[in-house]
Amino acid sequence: MFIAAAAAILVAMALAMIRVLLGPTVYDRILAVNVLGTKTVLIISVFGFLTERPDFLDIALVYALINFIGTIAILKFFEYGEAGFSNPEVTRDEERP
Amino acid sequence: MIELIWNALSWTLLLTGGFCLLVGGIGLLRLPDFFTRVHAAGVTDTMGAGAILVGLMLQAGLTQASIKLVLIILFMLFTSPTASHALAQAALHGGLKPRLGEQREDSRSNT
Repeated sequence: MFIAAAAAILVAMALAMIRVLLGPTVYDRILAVNVLGTKTVLIISVFGFLTERPDFLDIALVYALINFIGTIAILKFFEYGEAGFSNPEVTRDEERP
Repeated sequence: MIELIWNALSWTLLLTGGFCLLVGGIGLLRLPDFFTRVHAAGVTDTMGAGAILVGLMLQAGLTQASIKLVLIILFMLFTSPTASHALAQAALHGGLKPRLGEQREDSRSNT
């Protein structure tokens, strides 16, 4: 049964990868990469149970966090053109007493 | 007997999760607009991931692995709606407009 779930995850990952390659806008690509990361977490956990090594769950846990932070960071970069630290509005707010 | 019932339950959950993942992947490919594709990603993140992780929890039983799976489910439930919201907001801020009913006829007549 683990093998069936792993096969389904792999096929869905291939579909998401096609969307990453096709995606008309950059947001489509970011969305598909986010979904791809979620499925990576799933396949790491399923693979850990498939080979009876539950230690893989630690890697899956770390990967879930990294996936979220990476998505938010890339989004912020594409929304503001930079990571937001040298934004003129922000510096103006900080200079204000 | 009880073990058989638990196994069947976890297999059912694993297969349901795999089915939802496939539906989400097909939706990600076939849906026409970015804002509709966010919906397909939501199906993948909530139902697919949740069902597969709960199915793995039933296989693990009351062990340390089960606690880690609960943590993964919690992180996913917190982070995936946040990421979807940030994505939709960034797309709107970046000038992407959702396709509405009236606009679809216009774009058809234009193209």
